[in-house]
Amino acid sequence: MINEIFLMNGYGPYVWSAFIFTLVSFASLYLLTKLQLLKEQKKYISKFGSLSKTKIVVAREQKIHKEILLNSVITKI
Amino acid sequence: MFNFFNLGKVFEVTSRSIKYVFILFIIVLTIGLTEALFLSPEDYKQSHSVRIMYVHVPAAWIALGIFSMMTFLSVGTFVFKNKKFFLISKSLAPSGFIFNIIALVTGSIWGKPTWGTWWAWDARITSMLILALFYFMYLLSWRIIENKNSVIKISSLIVIIGAINIPIIKFSVNWWNTLHQGPSLKIMSETTIHSSMLIPLGIMTAAFALFSLLIFLMKFNTEVIRIKNKGLDRL
Repeated sequence: MINEIFLMNGYGPYVWSAFIFTLVSFASLYLLTKLQLLKEQKKYISKFGSLSKTKIVVAREQKIHKEILLNSVITKI
Repeated sequence: MFNFFNLGKVFEVTSRSIKYVFILFIIVLTIGLTEALFLSPEDYKQSHSVRIMYVHVPAAWIALGIFSMMTFLSVGTFVFKNKKFFLISKSLAPSGFIFNIIALVTGSIWGKPTWGTWWAWDARITSMLILALFYFMYLLSWRIIENKNSVIKISSLIVIIGAINIPIIKFSVNWWNTLHQGPSLKIMSETTIHSSMLIPLGIMTAAFALFSLLIFLMKFNTEVIRIKNKGLDRL
């Protein structure tokens, strides 16, 4: 049974390598995109922290600001 | 026109939907892989090698679908002068490129047991390789061109020129004698694939579509935060 699943009448190496390549590509693209997103979120938070009080008030009025902070908290969890 | 495209509101939706799309993708992919690798029958001619179809075909469909969407968005950038279209197009490109590469590599792996060769300069395969080059040029243009207005114009132009290749890919198996088989799934006439293979193919296509949506949402959010970062500098 196990042999049949892995060998697939001699086609196993072709089938498994095609599926593994696909899944590895998915994982690589997902991780790369996730890292880019986290990097930009971190950059935003550090830039926001260095703003003056008046600029912080202006930035806080923007809806996107809350969403970025909210999602950066979720990702850290 | 297109004032409904409020970046704040869109960002709110995209950032909150990522986790739900991710969960749905994992569920659909698990069902699809079980069906494709264990439950679907082997082909009477190709035996188990037919299982490669469940990753090769959806990858090719989605690579083509994404490039078609990018074409409409690029035309939109020129016609409506709406620069927000490029943001969507740019966010779609990475997953389209990866799906194109998956289609080429898995097609090559499938070619060895079926045709006896890893690669042939066949019309369908070559036109898919050209599509991958257009994806690559598009992504490269965003890396090397620094002027924002120039990069929007050049990248949109790359996509519009590359769109000429889309009907060539679709009809290549009809126009030329190719090693690649003709279409088995037809919209206008009866499909030649049995339901026991069509269902896993449909599930895997749904999983791949969800993955491209997931990457799109993450990439879109990255781009929006990048714009906001520049906005903070200007405050």
